[in-house]
Amino acid sequence: MAPTAAHSPALVHQFETKEQQHDAGNLGMWIFLATEIMFFGGVFMAYIVYRALHLEAFIQGSHFLDVTFGATNTAVLICSSLTMALAISAAQTGKSKSTIITFLVLTMLLGAAFLFIKFNFEWTHDWTEGLVPGLHFTYSGPHAPGVQLFFCFYFFMTGLHALHMFIGLGILTTLTVMAYRGRFNPEYYAPLEVSGLYWHFVDIVWIFLFPLLYLIGRHYGGGH
Amino acid sequence: MIGAGMAALFFDVGARLLTSALAPIPLRPPAASTIAEGVDMLHYTLTAITLFFTVVIFSTIFFFMIKYRRQSEDEIPPEIEKNVPLEILWTGIPTLICVVIFFWSASLYVRNARPPDASTEIFVVGKQWMWHLQHPEGVREINELHVPVGVPIKLTMTSEDVIHDFYVPAFRVKKDVLPGRYTSLWFQATKTGTYHIFCGQYCGADHAQMIGWVYVMEPSDYAAWLSGGASHESMAQAGERLFTQLGCVTCHAGDNTGRGPSLIGLYGKPEKLRSGETRIVDEGLIRQAIVFPNSVILPNYPPVMPTFQGQINEEQVLQLIAYVKSLGTQERTGK
Amino acid sequence: MSTAVADIHEVPAGSRVNYLNASYGIKSWLFTTDHKRIALLYLASITFMFLVGGTAAVLMRIHLIEPQGALVQPETYNKLFSIHGIVMVFFFLVPSIPATLGNFLVPLMIGARDLAFPKLNLLSWYVYMVGAIFTLYAVISGGVDTGWTFYAPFSSLYSQTHVVAAALGVFITGFSSILTGLNFIVTIHKMRAPGMTWFRLPLFIWAMYATSVIFILGTPVIAITIFLLGLERLLHVGIFDPAVGGDPILFQHLFWFYSHPAVYIMILPAMGVISEVVTCFSKKRIFGYSIVAFSSMAIAVISFLVWGHHMFVTGQSVYAGLIFSVLSFLVAIPSAIKVFNWTSTLYKGSISYEAPMLYALGFIGLFTMGGLTGLFLASLATDVHLNGTYFIVAHFHYIMVGGAVMGYLGGIHFWWPKITGRLYPDAWARFAALVVFVGFNLTFFPQFMLGYLGMPRRYAVYPQEFQVLNVMSSAGASILGIGYLIPLIYLIWSMRYGPAAGPNPWGARGLEWEVPSPPPTENFEEIPVVTEEAYNYTGARQTLG
Repeated sequence: MAPTAAHSPALVHQFETKEQQHDAGNLGMWIFLATEIMFFGGVFMAYIVYRALHLEAFIQGSHFLDVTFGATNTAVLICSSLTMALAISAAQTGKSKSTIITFLVLTMLLGAAFLFIKFNFEWTHDWTEGLVPGLHFTYSGPHAPGVQLFFCFYFFMTGLHALHMFIGLGILTTLTVMAYRGRFNPEYYAPLEVSGLYWHFVDIVWIFLFPLLYLIGRHYGGGH
Repeated sequence: MIGAGMAALFFDVGARLLTSALAPIPLRPPAASTIAEGVDMLHYTLTAITLFFTVVIFSTIFFFMIKYRRQSEDEIPPEIEKNVPLEILWTGIPTLICVVIFFWSASLYVRNARPPDASTEIFVVGKQWMWHLQHPEGVREINELHVPVGVPIKLTMTSEDVIHDFYVPAFRVKKDVLPGRYTSLWFQATKTGTYHIFCGQYCGADHAQMIGWVYVMEPSDYAAWLSGGASHESMAQAGERLFTQLGCVTCHAGDNTGRGPSLIGLYGKPEKLRSGETRIVDEGLIRQAIVFPNSVILPNYPPVMPTFQGQINEEQVLQLIAYVKSLGTQERTGK
Repeated sequence: MSTAVADIHEVPAGSRVNYLNASYGIKSWLFTTDHKRIALLYLASITFMFLVGGTAAVLMRIHLIEPQGALVQPETYNKLFSIHGIVMVFFFLVPSIPATLGNFLVPLMIGARDLAFPKLNLLSWYVYMVGAIFTLYAVISGGVDTGWTFYAPFSSLYSQTHVVAAALGVFITGFSSILTGLNFIVTIHKMRAPGMTWFRLPLFIWAMYATSVIFILGTPVIAITIFLLGLERLLHVGIFDPAVGGDPILFQHLFWFYSHPAVYIMILPAMGVISEVVTCFSKKRIFGYSIVAFSSMAIAVISFLVWGHHMFVTGQSVYAGLIFSVLSFLVAIPSAIKVFNWTSTLYKGSISYEAPMLYALGFIGLFTMGGLTGLFLASLATDVHLNGTYFIVAHFHYIMVGGAVMGYLGGIHFWWPKITGRLYPDAWARFAALVVFVGFNLTFFPQFMLGYLGMPRRYAVYPQEFQVLNVMSSAGASILGIGYLIPLIYLIWSMRYGPAAGPNPWGARGLEWEVPSPPPTENFEEIPVVTEEAYNYTGARQTLG
């Protein structure tokens, strides 16, 4: 190979400079997030259509959701985005690796807390109440078909979101290991940055999900 | 080599022409409705435009291929990279063509979108894999549709199962037939005769067998056909019978003493529902009331109407609707 | 172009280290991250899938010789057209040019050593293979009969076939498209060689870029649609079931929101190939470079706005119909502009007729016809009569076979010497191109006529009066099939027995022609510095090698 500027170990062969590699990584993640927007967007559109067609049923269904848990989870995720940003900032400003690891672990704990609340409290409750379409749905009150449709979307959308959270936890674990091995410093923190984008995106999806699913009833004032 | 290419093209075209000369193939189905000629005119124009530009492009290519074929390996073609007026010209002309075609087509389409007010209504239920048709007078047909010539006919259609499509090529009409709602098309036949009905939306195993015939008859023949055979109860009479059988009359008594509203004079009027929205009481709303009652409750009435989903089929729903219509004060007179 | 000398002496392939012989063994292929090897992995896979889809087509056309069906039961026929559509659309046409020619050429054409994310590239091939395996499983274990459009409620509630397996295959393979598109966009943005400005890029790159935009924005929507369909089918929850408040038309909106832009995924890359081939074989710059580049982007954007024209007869409102009709006419204009620009490139050129050029010229004419027949369908009044008939079938086959497949074959032939280091016998190639052209027209022109006469599509049996046109179409199909088999034979033959190719057997301009055939793994000894516009055919005379 022709002589080039000495490649630092972190520069992969297809790139000519660290800047190019860093820019490419960032652009790649933004484009990936664009695909995620379209992915979630598709199911959001379907949800919006059905909400318009079956408004009363969706209000009814929304009442079965616990706003306290939902709001708590929203706060938990927002905090986790904060800790993630602090982890990136720690690497950028050359803080010790234990600082980086602390913030990463905090992010993971908050993410796990979110999933714990969702699965252990909300979903389990929905199961015992017989509100899980296809598996255990016993609601027979007014607007039953529409309520079932609501819960189809509720479980699908929050389930898809939870899947993305799990993947995020996996990524965070990898990042923690990398941080433990001292890989991050002010010259190289691209994986943190790129993963941070992903994590913030998952947070933002939830910030849309929460009012759409939990707060319809509030908007329309109480319901029946 | 060019010779071989041109020979191949001419062989292709020649073969086609020869074959069609030997076995005359019609270019269009019978034109048997008021809109058919108009649609055909548009179609032929589009065909002419297509063939014109295709021939122009192919011939230009051939011409350039021959005229500018490479004479020597060293020749260097001139630099001709762009010509803005030309670009504008061949952007503008296609745009103009598209605009003209769009407006022509849209005006045909809009004009054909609404049936004339005095249309005769016939009701169609598609199910895998047959067509059930009901005339308001009560006559029922399977895979056949008898209609009088020269009279506008409106078909109101629904499906018992999957999406079908009612297609009569001779009338140039087609509309999807959907489960859970009503769609409609209308036509006015101009020529007596027998014409294909096809199912135009893939619907499963016997999709290709879900076909039938439209019989367009002179009005007197049609009247005779309609009243011939055993006497039928009309759709409205069948609906009235169902209304009692299913117990509807218990709540929807005519004197408003029941738990539900009287249905007299209801059809065709706008009504404000409990949810706050206002909707016209049409076929779709009545069907919705029968199948999903609690979604269309009127104000001041309790949401206690049971659903009849699964207890009656789509044809019976249409009969009930016919009955409710007959209670209305709209001047809808079926034949 | 580059400052390196383009006068490399012909060296027999194999005696110099290149990407093909740099390492041996199955593992060096299955774990490669070299974009050129991944392109060949894709080439093998999609050729196989093309044969699967093509076999279904052959059986269908044999069956349709008789009005009552000559070969199979209606249930089997329904499975044949479903498999044909699913395999051809998702497993052949969508990946064809991007995953083979795109993967191979994008880094070379812009002066990069590889794509931005080589490992993601390999992952995309594995994802494609997993999806293909699911779909093939559906085929082998009894087939699927929903059509490639999977309309609800038939597919969700009524079909008794392997819908979930087939849908899962499509879902998984969609991610392969997304990864490829992501890779291309980042590569084209960030890895162009010094001096390679946007408006010096080959138009093939613009085409890949526009296609990638559609990959990125459209594919996730079909993924979610199929996911919802699968959920409904597995859990019996009525997302699209009207009996429980669902809306089957919502499925169609979601489905076509991707599937219409998808057809532009299938044609834009072929248009990119045409720009490269026409310029090379007329030794001229493309006429109207920036117009052609902008047209590609315009097509990609407008393609997302027209999906409703597949639903004109579903009972949607007149206003929706009018809006989608206008936009559908609008999307035709950039394509028309391209056709005129390509034709004008020939003017006063120095034209030769090698096989790639024959495919390209055939493309221009057939695409013109196919595209114009689209106007019949954008036009509301005629679409009512033509929707769901063989006119539609003829229209899209003119574009996808007369257009995309011929563009693909032209591209394969054009870059074959670069990819393999071998020349194929051009006389056979030209002959095959003509056979394809004749067979294609004989197959699909009668279908336009069948459509206007009223013969619906997806019919296993049909009324007697349609037989003559059906027989003509089937006769054409047999010729077309032969036309496809011939290149398969001589191209494979050439890999071993073809004469060695120099770096630039066609005398073309472009960075890929400045490296040896086949290229070395790292593509360039030194990253080139670009100083000229694209298609600089009227500059210094090129050395043919």
